[in-house]
Amino acid sequence: MNNTSINKSYLDQSEAVRARFDAIKQRNVILEARNLGKCYPSQQGDVEALRDINFKIHRREFVCVVGPSGCGKSTLVRTLAGLEKHNSGEVLIDGKPVNGPGQDRGMVFQGYSLFPWLTVKKNVMFGPEMNGYGHDEAERDALLWLELVGLSKFANAYPHQLSGGMRQRVAIARALVNQPRILLMDEPFGALDAQTRAKMQSHLLEIWRNVDITILFITHDLDEAIFLADRILVLKAHPGEVQEMIEVPVPRPRSMGQFTDAEFRATKQRLEQLIHPPVSSEESDEDKGIKPHLIRFTHVTDNVE
Amino acid sequence: MANGARVSNVPNWLSGSMVARKHVLFGIGSFLLPLLVWCAVSYLPFVWHPKVLIAAPGGADYFQVGMLVDKSVFDEEFANMQAQNLPVPKGEPANPIYLPAPHEVAKAFYTSFSKAPQQKDLPWLHESLWHSITIIFWGFLISSLIGVPLGVLSGTYPTLSHLSEPFIEFFRYLPAPAFGALAVAVLGIYDAPKIAIIVVGTLFQQILIIANTTRKLDSTIVEAALTLGTKRMRLLTRVVVPGILPDLYRDQRILLGWAWTYLIVAELIGTSSGITWFITQQARYQHFDNVYAAIMMIGIIGFGTDILLARLGRRLFPWDRSQKKE
Ligand SMILES: Nc1ncnc2c1ncn2[C@@H]1O[C@H](COP(=O)(O)OP(=O)(O)OP(=O)(O)O)[C@@H](O)[C@H]1O
Ligand SMILES: [Mg+2]
Repeated sequence: MNNTSINKSYLDQSEAVRARFDAIKQRNVILEARNLGKCYPSQQGDVEALRDINFKIHRREFVCVVGPSGCGKSTLVRTLAGLEKHNSGEVLIDGKPVNGPGQDRGMVFQGYSLFPWLTVKKNVMFGPEMNGYGHDEAERDALLWLELVGLSKFANAYPHQLSGGMRQRVAIARALVNQPRILLMDEPFGALDAQTRAKMQSHLLEIWRNVDITILFITHDLDEAIFLADRILVLKAHPGEVQEMIEVPVPRPRSMGQFTDAEFRATKQRLEQLIHPPVSSEESDEDKGIKPHLIRFTHVTDNVE
Repeated sequence: MANGARVSNVPNWLSGSMVARKHVLFGIGSFLLPLLVWCAVSYLPFVWHPKVLIAAPGGADYFQVGMLVDKSVFDEEFANMQAQNLPVPKGEPANPIYLPAPHEVAKAFYTSFSKAPQQKDLPWLHESLWHSITIIFWGFLISSLIGVPLGVLSGTYPTLSHLSEPFIEFFRYLPAPAFGALAVAVLGIYDAPKIAIIVVGTLFQQILIIANTTRKLDSTIVEAALTLGTKRMRLLTRVVVPGILPDLYRDQRILLGWAWTYLIVAELIGTSSGITWFITQQARYQHFDNVYAAIMMIGIIGFGTDILLARLGRRLFPWDRSQKKE
């Protein structure tokens, strides 16, 4: 609250935004993390990747997770997905604790995780088939979802014939056709170029608006987090702990034009403060102790600047 | 569809057809070079030719027409005859009997399929070959029936791999031919011990190689399947196996090549048979042209099968990108 340098604080919410948050809080809790802790064993003793993580996500909420590199974002989402076993606490879906991966938590990975031996359509059909649907029903659902992500034309193509953006669309369709309670996304657009990424962000919001789906989205791009999220979970590193849960004051519907709005800038400033603290930036950097020592390899007269 | 995919995979920094043409040219060249060396040694009298083929014995009484003698012996007799004023022997430079010229081998190649063998008890070349192929087939089939599932399983489940792999690592260092006598004692003298040697030679490598291939499967793919609700057995049959299939197929091609290398040893065990028996018999009667024809036949069959299997692989796995770089 001591941000006197900007006229608007990220905590100031307009009427509409406050009403929206009140409405969200009335909805059911879909996912809850309770005192979640996770250690990786390693040669130099255990690495505490997550410590005492607590948060709730309500139905049809869009939550982003940001934090410095190596703070445990991927570990968090993988633990929620059940791909990593947590050492303490619990993960609740609809109030019931879960262990191990399941169809109720869909996941989209950063790398292309499509099955290369299946066509686009068969990739999307995979989930329904695993969950006991017949071929015809699975195919109908798959085609519907391919239509929704705009890839009907590529139903019979193989993943390697698609661009990066198209592959992630398929991955989203493949996760959503399973009707999960929550969609977990680990830097899904991290490998895309800026233009495709912007398109995919709008597209994801479009899907989210039209489908009953709750989203937990990991990113290291602060603009992306503010643009997409209702709330942003900020993690801090070593060990990974919740630093703050920020309610994004930028009103919906979102557009690229809001990047320069006061609320947007205030939120971004706050995030930057949290993630790159001005004083102790060197200590919190996980690359501490790495000091490059450059020698000149070119002739003294051969200057580039 | 498969064709379209193939075209789009040619590296575009060089025109595709140029690369392909260069590969074909080099491929032909790699066969022509050794053939040229062979021709040079066979047809240029001043290259090597350490023997002399006697055309007229002259005064040397132990020389006969058609006899092969060492050049030094010939020169000595030549000098002797000159000194004694007797007619000098005549002869042409020749290679030893164990190095027939290309055209002789080519002829043997043809006649081995067209004319019955000179000795009554000898089999035709193709009969010997067919027998060898059946040995390889059964050996490789039995090995694969055990090795592929075991390899995939121990690549998937670390417990199984810790339990089985140390012993297999040890066993694969035991040379398969060393089990020859044992195989004969247990399985008799006919085809069974030969097949057993091929199995012993292939199986242990096969388990380790396929387990390794299985372990290299991209873990994100398995995790994606898990988050889609895939359960244990299905994970194996619907994700792991199809995921490794192109690599597994490649492994099998390499292993089939290894099985061929055990063939000759295997066929010497018990009653010698197949192409090995053909070769040893022909060598005994000094029909070295037939020996070369038979050896080449093995190469042609092995290499030919591999090329066919590679082509088939490209058809079977249109999504596999690494296969196209071969
Ligand atoms: N399998 C593992 N074994 C041991 N330590 C691990 C393992 N995976 C992650 N860690 C450690 O846990 C911490 C959190 O890693 P994680 O990958 O979750 O971070 P992240 O926030 O996703 O990083 P990034 O921004 O680079 O994606 C890191 O210090 C990392 O070194
Ligand atoms: Mg990560």
